Amino acid sequence: MNRTLTLVRRRLLTALPVLLIVVCATFLLLEAAPGDAVDAYILSSGGGDAELIAKLRIEWGLDQSAVSRLGVYVWSLLHGDLGWSVLFGRPISSVILERLPTTLLLMTGAIALSFFLGTSLGIVAGARPGSIQDRLLSIGSLILYAIPGFWLGLVLAIIFAVHLRWLPSAGIESIASGKHGMARVLDIARHLVLPVVSLGMIYLALYIRMMRTGMAEAWRQDFVRGLRARGLPRAIIVRRIVRNALLPLVTMLGVQCAAMLGGSVVIESVFAVPGFGRLAHEAVSARDTPLLLGVILSSAVLVILVNLVVDAVYAWLDPRIGSTGASA
Amino acid sequence: MNTFLMSRRAILKASSILLASTALPQIARAQAPQKGGRLIVAADSEPKNLNPAIVASNGVFFLSSKVVEPLAEASFDAPDGLAPRLATAWEGSADGLTASFKLREGVKWHDGRPFTSADVAFSALQLWKPLQNLGRIVFKNLETVETPDEHTAVFKFSKPTPFQLIRNALPALTSVVPKHIYEQGKIESNPANVAPVGTGPFKFAEHRPGEYYRLERNPDYWEEGQPLLDEIIYRVLPDRAAAAGALETEEIGLAAFSAVPLADLARISKVPGIQVITKGYEALTYQLIVEINHRRKELADLKVRRAIAHAIDKDFVVKTIFLGYATASTGPVPVNDRQFYTPEVETYPFDIAKANALLDEAGYIAGSNGKRFTLKLLPAPYFSETRQFGDYLRQALAAVGIDAEIVNNDSAAHQKAVYTDHAFDLAVAPPVFRGDPAISTTILVRSGTPDGVPFSNQGGYANAAIDTIIDDAASTINDKERVALYGAFQKAVASDLPLINVAEWGFITVARSAVKNVSNNPRWAVSNWADTWIEQ
Repeated sequence: MNRTLTLVRRRLLTALPVLLIVVCATFLLLEAAPGDAVDAYILSSGGGDAELIAKLRIEWGLDQSAVSRLGVYVWSLLHGDLGWSVLFGRPISSVILERLPTTLLLMTGAIALSFFLGTSLGIVAGARPGSIQDRLLSIGSLILYAIPGFWLGLVLAIIFAVHLRWLPSAGIESIASGKHGMARVLDIARHLVLPVVSLGMIYLALYIRMMRTGMAEAWRQDFVRGLRARGLPRAIIVRRIVRNALLPLVTMLGVQCAAMLGGSVVIESVFAVPGFGRLAHEAVSARDTPLLLGVILSSAVLVILVNLVVDAVYAWLDPRIGSTGASA
Repeated sequence: MNTFLMSRRAILKASSILLASTALPQIARAQAPQKGGRLIVAADSEPKNLNPAIVASNGVFFLSSKVVEPLAEASFDAPDGLAPRLATAWEGSADGLTASFKLREGVKWHDGRPFTSADVAFSALQLWKPLQNLGRIVFKNLETVETPDEHTAVFKFSKPTPFQLIRNALPALTSVVPKHIYEQGKIESNPANVAPVGTGPFKFAEHRPGEYYRLERNPDYWEEGQPLLDEIIYRVLPDRAAAAGALETEEIGLAAFSAVPLADLARISKVPGIQVITKGYEALTYQLIVEINHRRKELADLKVRRAIAHAIDKDFVVKTIFLGYATASTGPVPVNDRQFYTPEVETYPFDIAKANALLDEAGYIAGSNGKRFTLKLLPAPYFSETRQFGDYLRQALAAVGIDAEIVNNDSAAHQKAVYTDHAFDLAVAPPVFRGDPAISTTILVRSGTPDGVPFSNQGGYANAAIDTIIDDAASTINDKERVALYGAFQKAVASDLPLINVAEWGFITVARSAVKNVSNNPRWAVSNWADTWIEQ
């Protein structure tokens, strides 16, 4: 266990420069985009005169140079302050904390769905490479992989919400319903089904393909040949193969977590789910740099944490990892 | 196409019955309004500041007009097109230096304090004049507001200000906020800017960011028996495709401001229990215009501008881009305006041969590749129609040998490129006509606006004759003379083409049929909805 702790400590230390790079790069990227927060605000509020525009620029600190604004931002960040959102007129930490639970629910749901369903289907396909079920699943996963997320979301909403009316078409819970306790949990779960499925489906294909390929490769390995030569039942051989093919998928889980944050921008807009993705989109349109930085920083922390857990699980699963300093 | 026309007719019929139901008492009795119920409407944005006395924009009014009331509201049939709200009578002096308002008695703020002339004076002097985006123009010469008694407010101007302009500005620019709440601390950061307090039929109840706003019935509203609804909920639906679905599943009851895309209307109008309404936006006319950068030598030539005007098939734009839900423009004042519009202006019928001839005459002969010159075209990204028109304009210009390169930007980048950096040759913009050319129309043509001001003349156009007309009209007191000046303004703009007016449109409301009294005034979506009700 000591080995895992060392790994965690080392990972956290390397995370700090990563976060700093993320902050600076995002700031510069948004700085390079034409137009600033005042431009976006003036447009959204139907226009204004030159004096008002100049006054707002001073009030929002946009008359300062980019370097000094970045300096001020990093300095307050070091003091644990994420800053003030001009888009919401509130502290950024409160905006982010408000959206975090929704995003976590959506992401965990989608990751769990794509990981477990993808792995299971991959096992079905990889159990008999080249069989009918393998071919069908391969075609199916390719089609899924090619479908744009927003389209899938819209189609699912039209089928299950508009035509069949089984599920609500948008939102995270029934509006001002006054539901509490279990009723509220069930209500939120019902609302999450469509966004979770749409988001999960996009990444499902990857798990199916990876699991299938891993298993197909394992079939050719010596230990499998040995097992078969000994006349072991197929079910047992498949189980051994699965265990071997599963390792890369755990890595994939960590990588996917970051990709999914990107995918959620679209899905959250389609289903009107108030999460991180939509917040990031709003922040970019409004050129609210500190808010976008806040969203990206918290997402980066989230991704780093997930990867840390993945690494820890990995180290625990595979004794070779982390036993020497180099391989971590 | 035939079925489309049929449904259009059905829509018109439905909305005329709707109008009749408000006008004829016997029909109204047959369908007695029912009290109670919750109306859920689609909202596509969550404005940062909900104070209409600071931000006079339709996005803000859509919600806050139910909470905070103006002095008067637009009306289809009342005199001057105005129905009284917080003011019951108004009058301008002959010298244009005073405007007096008789205020409604017995009105209470949502916190129970009485509404008085002090609130009007405070709103006018502390908010409309110094802070409000449009009020800064209209109330620029407002000096003081005298309050001889609790229900009279007398506006004093330092220079003659046409009362016609003040009257036309009443619905959009005169939202009254409570003095006792705003006199504490800085007005811009007052908590009431995000949780407005007013005198309106509905009280602001809560905002769940990213989810909804909730307004609840004001039991002490000054109009006896109103409002009829218990609650209005603004459900945030950022995806335009979501509103149509939510209407069909009855998750929402109404989608205003064309939240349902035009392309979906033909289909959704056939869904039982759903009505498509084109009325109710007459005082909120959006104009589709081509902004021209006169710093470009080719575009500084009137012949080229006229050639471009001839190259645009306005009827095609109306039919194809707006699917018929728009009107071809003739000039800078929309056709549906009842005070100022004049049809007696130069027009530019679609004529490619003439456009080509004009360009040849101007000396821009097509090269061996068939191109005369290349232009940078920036369509505004705010509406899908402005982007689509950008694509159309590119093709229309190609037909006369002008090569247009489209540059797509998001809102903030477009604002910077066109209005600050002037990095465009042609741009497509959707300015709003707000009932009087002096509010937000003449600024599109008048020279001398500093850089960075959106929806203003940033094309470097300067015409002393037109500037004089604009300035004269801004200080002419007599209504008739003022209308005549704006007639001259329309003529001059149509003949010299500082910009090209292509089409004008109102929005579409799609609602469940159970929602009644929809679209019964020309600013319905941004009016107070006190008489809106739901059939249970």
